[in-house]
Amino acid sequence: MTTATADLLLAVDGVTVDYSGFKALDGFSLTLGRRETRVVIGPNGAGKSTLCDCIIGRVRPSAGRILLRGEDITQKPEHAIVGAGICRKFQAPGVLAALSVAQNLALAARRDRRWWKALGTGMSAAEQETVAAVLAEIDLAGRREVLAGTLSHGEKQWLEIGMVVATGAELLLLDEPTAGMGPAETSRTAALIRRLAQSRSVLVIDHDMRFVEELGAQVTVMHQGRFLFQGGIADVRADAQVAQVYLGSHR
Amino acid sequence: MVELMRRRGLPWLLLLAALAAPFLMSGYDLNLLARFMAMAILSLGLVLLWGHGGILSLGQGLFFGLGGYAIAMHMKLADLPGGSLPDFMVWTGRTALPGWWAPFASPAFALLAVLLLPALAGALFAWSMVRRRIGGTYFAIITQALALAFATFLISRQEVTGGFNGLTGFQSLFGWQLADQKVGRGLYWLTLALLCLGFIGIRALLASRFGTLLGAMRDGENRMRFLGYDPAPYRMVAFGIAAFLAGLSGALFTLHAGVISPAMVGVVPSIEMVILVAVGGRMSPAGAIFGTIAVCYARDFISSSFPDLWLYLLGALFIAVVTLLPGGLAGLVRQRRA
Repeated sequence: MTTATADLLLAVDGVTVDYSGFKALDGFSLTLGRRETRVVIGPNGAGKSTLCDCIIGRVRPSAGRILLRGEDITQKPEHAIVGAGICRKFQAPGVLAALSVAQNLALAARRDRRWWKALGTGMSAAEQETVAAVLAEIDLAGRREVLAGTLSHGEKQWLEIGMVVATGAELLLLDEPTAGMGPAETSRTAALIRRLAQSRSVLVIDHDMRFVEELGAQVTVMHQGRFLFQGGIADVRADAQVAQVYLGSHR
Repeated sequence: MVELMRRRGLPWLLLLAALAAPFLMSGYDLNLLARFMAMAILSLGLVLLWGHGGILSLGQGLFFGLGGYAIAMHMKLADLPGGSLPDFMVWTGRTALPGWWAPFASPAFALLAVLLLPALAGALFAWSMVRRRIGGTYFAIITQALALAFATFLISRQEVTGGFNGLTGFQSLFGWQLADQKVGRGLYWLTLALLCLGFIGIRALLASRFGTLLGAMRDGENRMRFLGYDPAPYRMVAFGIAAFLAGLSGALFTLHAGVISPAMVGVVPSIEMVILVAVGGRMSPAGAIFGTIAVCYARDFISSSFPDLWLYLLGALFIAVVTLLPGGLAGLVRQRRA
């Protein structure tokens, strides 16, 4: 839209996902610049999670393309998409409960995923550095050796954000990162995301309007698989069409 | 201190006892123990594949059989005077050796076949499955069908496989007479050594990043996939290693038992192999070894006095372990220590 091509990181171009007649996404387009943060909102069934699924290769669109730095990634295998620099945090925390916090981060931080390179033990210096940096970033340094399964719900969400960051992804997809969090935890998450966004692109899905306000980013509104509106949070609140489909019921 | 001795000393004491067993046991009992130790090598593979990889194979009998038949075919040919045919081929009216039998006359080929054939067959099969993301119950059912197909093939092609009776009546291996007590002891120690190597190897593998990743892919396949890992090669390798150990186990078992037949490689024995590991503890290599040896002894004892009872008891044992003792015997030990 306003982003110059050189600064363009992600382009979702006319993507349609058709579940035998029901269109979860219907010719949806979106562009995201480097180091841009974007919040995607919309009522239930608007297609927000399907959008994430398409970008990471979990769902293959029936029409349209997804470009990362101008390269078509629409049909790439999932692990190759992560390799290209996109990583997603799922709505329900998907940390590995049986492993420690540090181990969770270490396996995300590992760059060489070939199996015969996994026959050794321990972490490389670069991996240790990444793990330490991410631990500090997500404020779990004191919980390093704790089993991820014993963390509180909020800590699990932060750990998973940390894992996504540890992959070195240039684009983070955060699908309802504050789901199940109280107000204090939500604020901490917003602060964390703002810090992370200084050096990478972030696409956040959420419908907690206070959280969206705290992020202070451009908002894209989806409705029934289509683009509805884009603008700052104040514009979104002021727009009559948006109010009708989405905010009206929440006010 | 006493506690430390008990924990650190016990494995060494057991190893010492196992090493000395040939001087403490009758030839018959030693042979029995050797067979069970051979089975335990297969169980180690299931600890990796099923316990840590979360991939249930109900077809390990196939790979066990490939190893067993490879060494058995060699022994059948090696015992023959030049140019003649194995006994069962003569009985079924065959006049020439099938082409695919011929290379097994070479000891080196037979040995390579034992070491490579099950591993490669396993890896190839697993790749065709995991690449298409076939897992869980579907995977288990397909492996079961493989074991069934293999046993059916063996039975139906009697003129080239020995049929229902399998291959038996071996006299020598690489020039050593199997009836010689010294050879029997040597094979026992060889089995013990390979079991120990397998134990050390599997423990090392589980402690490596490979083990961690395999477990992570079992617990959070999606999370791992979308962190950029492709689980397929990891699972293929785990299956290949388990098939390799199964083949080795089958070859050693055949040497000790003096026979390999469809009854040892089909559906029921393949399920039994899984139960052996479940009883011992599918997460624990040591547990799997002891579970295997213990259940095999129980089987030998019970099936010789009440042949019809064993399968019922085995089923009941499996249900009991799954419902009451999911960690197996090893889980029980861990609980008591904690």
